[in-house]
Amino acid sequence: MNLSLGPLLYYWSREDTFAFYEAAASWPVARIYLGETVCSRRHLLRLPDWLDLAERLSAAGKEVVLSTQTLIESESDLKVLRKIVRDGRFLVEANEWGAVRLLSEAKLPFVAGSTLNIYNPETLDVLAGLGARRWLPPVEVSRTALAALMERAPDGMETEVFAYGRLPLAYSARCFTARHYNLPKDDCQFRCLDHADGLPLSTREGKPFLTINGIQTQSAGVYNLIDEVASMREMGIDCLRLSPQSHHMARVVAAFDAALAGGTNAGAGLAKVMPGPSVDGYWHGRAGLEQDAAQHA
Amino acid sequence: MPLELVCPAGSLMALKAAVDNGADAVYMGFRDNTNARAFPGLNFDEAQAAEGLRYAHDRGRKVLLALNTYPQSDTWQRWTGAVDRAAKLGMDAVILADAGLMRYAVKNHPQLRLHLSVQGSATSYEAVNFYREHFGVQRAVLPRVLSLPQVEAVVKNTAVEIELFGFGGLCVMVEGRCLLSSYCTGESPNSAGVCSPAKSVQWKETSSGLESRLNGVLLDRYGKDEKAGYPTLCKGRFEVSGETYYALEEPTSLNTLDLLPEMLKMGIAAIKIEGRQRSPAYVTQVTKVWRAAIDAVKKNAESFAPAPAWMAELNKLSEGQSHTLGAYNRPWK
Repeated sequence: MNLSLGPLLYYWSREDTFAFYEAAASWPVARIYLGETVCSRRHLLRLPDWLDLAERLSAAGKEVVLSTQTLIESESDLKVLRKIVRDGRFLVEANEWGAVRLLSEAKLPFVAGSTLNIYNPETLDVLAGLGARRWLPPVEVSRTALAALMERAPDGMETEVFAYGRLPLAYSARCFTARHYNLPKDDCQFRCLDHADGLPLSTREGKPFLTINGIQTQSAGVYNLIDEVASMREMGIDCLRLSPQSHHMARVVAAFDAALAGGTNAGAGLAKVMPGPSVDGYWHGRAGLEQDAAQHA
Repeated sequence: MPLELVCPAGSLMALKAAVDNGADAVYMGFRDNTNARAFPGLNFDEAQAAEGLRYAHDRGRKVLLALNTYPQSDTWQRWTGAVDRAAKLGMDAVILADAGLMRYAVKNHPQLRLHLSVQGSATSYEAVNFYREHFGVQRAVLPRVLSLPQVEAVVKNTAVEIELFGFGGLCVMVEGRCLLSSYCTGESPNSAGVCSPAKSVQWKETSSGLESRLNGVLLDRYGKDEKAGYPTLCKGRFEVSGETYYALEEPTSLNTLDLLPEMLKMGIAAIKIEGRQRSPAYVTQVTKVWRAAIDAVKKNAESFAPAPAWMAELNKLSEGQSHTLGAYNRPWK
């Protein structure tokens, strides 16, 4: 079992983005997912920039995967998607079924992303037949449901699980960050740049609930399965995905690396560097915002 | 035939109301979580489905069956069983979201017509054509996220018929890609067939107003003069940077009557009315208005303008008594 760094879900300056990945080159992650998966208006890094980064990280010994945009709306979105598929140098993560079509037509192996909605072995088998070599379950899938699915997974299929970070929960045509600033989406003035870990949304009684990230809505709680590492290894999960945050990502990676190495209490200091409270309800088959009391009493 | 009117049937009464008032087709679900309106007291058992089919077919109308949730490993047979029953009953089409289930349907019931559910989240012609090539899908319902020009680009680049939502509750998120409900309650449309389930809703009168909660999470608080709506998670009022407002979406409905001429021109195959959870009276009124509107636009698209009486009638029925063109109209985004 190893670690992956998920695609950057936020919008950072060019300098910050390059600095983040320069640091990541020396972190103990086997794979790094690159590319803009949330919003086509985010253009500080264009595809050639991502491909340059991919080359550099690949040279540093990382397996690089290009992750595709989750909500495809326009012909220009499709153009970028086709370029990613045509490039052919790197493995691609398909985050919607248009990407699956293009990748299977090109006879390229791919990663089946969590927004493809793979809830049962039959659908996973369909994707295996089309070239999927690795897959991620939807983030709401519980340990029990995942174990049942993995029992009947196609031979050789690798399973990766979103194990750390604010949960990507929903996608919309509407940009909620632009809405917050009373700006039209087409003239959003790139306000996402001001919110390196998203824009916190609370209930009217001040309880953190969700996080606004442009057209994406995330949880306020940080999904954290560090205490489940041993049981995930037993299940045969191949890779744990850690989702980037603006600060202390090196410490997050180090904590998971220690947990992988069998360290007990590896997650002890993690709470201090998390951008929100720990949640793990989904893993235990409950509401996503819950936290297993037994683990954190 | 373009602009087929597809109306919701949450019960036999609603089905008859839709058929009697001019629906070209109705859509229904079985009485379990194989469809995205798995509400108590709603939907059809096999005998009722057969009666509904007879009623519609006798009058030359179609019945579509929504099987648009995602089967899990341990409940797979419930969904395949539903596909088998749909074929046996003679449904005119099944509306599916899950690729594995589509493969099952094609293999076991090759004559059964397949529609791609809005829960399948296909927003481009590449995605729609994927389902055409692999499973012979004949119609796709598009999520409520594309602008009209973007819809037109899909229509132009696929042989699959395109169905659009025309009226009713407005999902602000891409359908099939929204887990807000399970984050809050443990149950989502994808896995449980419900959004913001009624059993998780609590209402409480407090000194600061009437409060609606979903699994304990405060969704909204209403002043004395405010009308309280069903607490759908994305339509609550929340705080962002010290400001309290409808951070995701107002409690509003989708109403696209204004867009009918453009939809006709671009070759939209069908218009879907949301609301299997609504009453037969609601279905009667909405169907009547939309039948009149579609007949009018087909007669003369150039001079078509929604009658004020239609708009007034629909506004009365809308959530929050207001409506929007949603994503079809770009500024909404």
